[in-house]
Amino acid sequence: MSQSPPLLQVSSLSKRYGRLVALGAVDLEVARGSIHALMGENGAGKSTLIKCLTGAVRRDAGEVRLAGRACDPASPRDAESLGISTVFQEINLIPHMSIAENITLGRESFRFGLIDRKGATQRAKVAIARLGLAIEVTREVGSCSIAVQQLVAIARALDVRARLLILDEPTSSLDRAETAQLFDILRRLKAEGLGVLFVTHFLDQVYEVSDQITVLRDGQHVTTRATNQFPRFELVSAMLGRALGPTSSPERTERACRESSQAAGVCSVAPLSNVSSSTPTQSPSPDNYRELLTVRAVSRPGSIERADLTIATGQAVGLAGLLGSGRTELAKVIFGMEPADAGSMFLDGATYAPRSPRDAIARGVALTPESRKTDGIVPNLSVRANIVLALQARRGVWRSLSARRREEIASELIEKLGIKAAGADVPISSLSGGNQQKALLARWLATEPRLFILDEPTRGVDVGAKQEIERLIASLIERGMGVLFISSELPEVVRTCSRVSVLRDRRTVAELSGDSLTEERVMEAIATHG
Amino acid sequence: MASARRINPAIAALAWPLAALALLVLFNVVFTPGFFSVELRDGRLFGTPIDILNHASKVAIVAVGMTIVIATGGVDLSVGAVVAIAGAAAAMLVTRTQTPFPLVILAALGAGGVAGLCNGLLVSRLRLQPIVATLVLMVAGRGVAQLITDGLIITFEHRALSSLANAAFAFLPIPAWIAIALALATGLFARRTAAGMFVEAVGDNDRACRYAGVNDRAVKLAAYAFCGVCAGLAGLVECSYIKAADANNAGLFLELDAILAVVIGGTSLSGGRFSLAGSLAGAVLIQSLTKTLYMHDVSADVAPLPKAVAVLAVCVLQSPRVKDRIAALFNRGRA
Repeated sequence: MSQSPPLLQVSSLSKRYGRLVALGAVDLEVARGSIHALMGENGAGKSTLIKCLTGAVRRDAGEVRLAGRACDPASPRDAESLGISTVFQEINLIPHMSIAENITLGRESFRFGLIDRKGATQRAKVAIARLGLAIEVTREVGSCSIAVQQLVAIARALDVRARLLILDEPTSSLDRAETAQLFDILRRLKAEGLGVLFVTHFLDQVYEVSDQITVLRDGQHVTTRATNQFPRFELVSAMLGRALGPTSSPERTERACRESSQAAGVCSVAPLSNVSSSTPTQSPSPDNYRELLTVRAVSRPGSIERADLTIATGQAVGLAGLLGSGRTELAKVIFGMEPADAGSMFLDGATYAPRSPRDAIARGVALTPESRKTDGIVPNLSVRANIVLALQARRGVWRSLSARRREEIASELIEKLGIKAAGADVPISSLSGGNQQKALLARWLATEPRLFILDEPTRGVDVGAKQEIERLIASLIERGMGVLFISSELPEVVRTCSRVSVLRDRRTVAELSGDSLTEERVMEAIATHG
Repeated sequence: MASARRINPAIAALAWPLAALALLVLFNVVFTPGFFSVELRDGRLFGTPIDILNHASKVAIVAVGMTIVIATGGVDLSVGAVVAIAGAAAAMLVTRTQTPFPLVILAALGAGGVAGLCNGLLVSRLRLQPIVATLVLMVAGRGVAQLITDGLIITFEHRALSSLANAAFAFLPIPAWIAIALALATGLFARRTAAGMFVEAVGDNDRACRYAGVNDRAVKLAAYAFCGVCAGLAGLVECSYIKAADANNAGLFLELDAILAVVIGGTSLSGGRFSLAGSLAGAVLIQSLTKTLYMHDVSADVAPLPKAVAVLAVCVLQSPRVKDRIAALFNRGRA
């Protein structure tokens, strides 16, 4: 075995998009008959690596060998013919066609110039049986459950005599039983000598099924180790990029808050005069501790299971957890974007069950979404329009702000948050990431929210803007606002928040505050076996 | 770098249609004798330019509503059929009933509004593709108009209704005034209130709008309803012009001219920023081109071809890639 070259050998693979280095000299080896997990947080380069392997994008440099032979697929189809098959997270089957048709689509065999239907059905049956499944192949794909569709996609991938099977987050929409079934199939394929490259965010699953783990971070290869010699805690720290040691001393919110409020003028965002509720400054002391938001056992299938959370006025609570752990999903539930199915929420002591963001906004909740580009900015509209949008939406069209008032609000916030733009008139897309983010914060500050949910507010933002955003959050807390802070960067979470709720596999698994709130403890909570 | 001297995008959008119009005018000055002869008779101007204005008004009225719908990222293919419905309703009311004229107008506009609401509901509630949703009424609408007129061409002798398109006010035909007033009122409402911002924001990124609490469904519903009312107004003008309601031919292919006018006017079919002035200029450009072709004895059957070429030219000039190339040329010249 050791003499023959590995099934897949990737050396010094690099890929840039413009100035952005998506992958910088990454190495990877997948052996025959093994399941190899590819792990990493957002922007680690997992998807770029997969795209390079499947020919969806061309690599800039580096070498890929499949069973010792150089391999440079020009398209996903090309990759398939070389023996690299991929099943993507979003299932790309054709819902109105039968399972058999989907499996053989694009590689039909012909008899007398016509599609050989019998032969196709037969081949599909063989492919399905190989996975140990008992499904009628003439069924329409659209009528099958997501899990079955996923398995059909795998069957389709295997039909071309694949040697390497790449699975991109195959379990994200499957329940536990379905995942177990998928894993049985993976083990079966592994026994047949197939190599499997498996991308997932679920730690438990990685330990359940994989033989080897490769961790990527910021486009760099961090480590590759045998799964049974890679403790969870070390895996999490490799993914998050935290060297553990005595250096990570957590700062408390109060201190951070006090320091920053004396620092830059950013912190003194005064209440806008057009909003009646100009809250007097409250300091978050135990005497006037007032619960703002309570979340009890909130669930929504496929996104969050029995989450609990409490936020007080003048308090920043952090949500920590790996990508896909349910952080963003919980935020969306609280904001009414994806209403909860079960559980209860209370805001200011009254029942709170938002069915839409509009409901949430009416109750004084604000959210800056994780994906600034697709969910946040309105790219071709001016910075000014982007800033007044939420406030104007709450007032409705019949209570329009005058052009002068819009100008005042925008320029006031542009100045206070230090948004660097050529003017309030330029399209927001012409601003840098950090300034776009600040403009989105300004959009919500204009509505004077009581609860501010910040989902990855510092992602893709330069260091200076990061600090300003952190200081801004401190000043909001000082003024009595409740903040829910979501970030993949643990030091930031620990620095900003006085309490941190840890999510794993869509459940709340720990709450840390006081002296127990350290980066190590958060990572332990993320890594602990459920 | 380029931000030092920014041109107002609304003016930039107007540049191409106006340039094309200027070219066309120049062509006619040289090659079409009598093109610009205008004379005053009975307190009213007559002549080719006035004809063009009169006919362009109908397209312009529809294009105002179409601009708003396109800005939300949609399109309304049913406007031609709605013109027929509104015309049929008005003609039936003036011939078969004693309904007071203001009510006739309201009924025609109301019919357009209801049609627009149907489109809007399909698009905003059922989330149908705008092209498909409005295709339904584009086909079914003519049937509705046939039902109203019982399959006949309804001619009428009604002073008020027929003077709508055939009388003049302050030298200009009334439809031109209607188009100008409609565009002005719409522009004022869109820009003085937040309505224009909502429309543009929804067309630019409706996901972000939902996160910001904008009621994107209500915005789309209102846009289609408004477009329907505009089509209803155009229906009144059209039936007044020929003093008859013809369910088969009223407003035929009007949706295409209106969409063209909007696109030539610089509003992107993918939604977002819109320019009402651009759409008006586009409507006048299309009508001028048609008239020029007729005056050079191009038959009505062949006329669409050169028209299409001209439209293609304007659209190519507006495409982002060509714009970038042109901008690069200018920048090189400056550097």
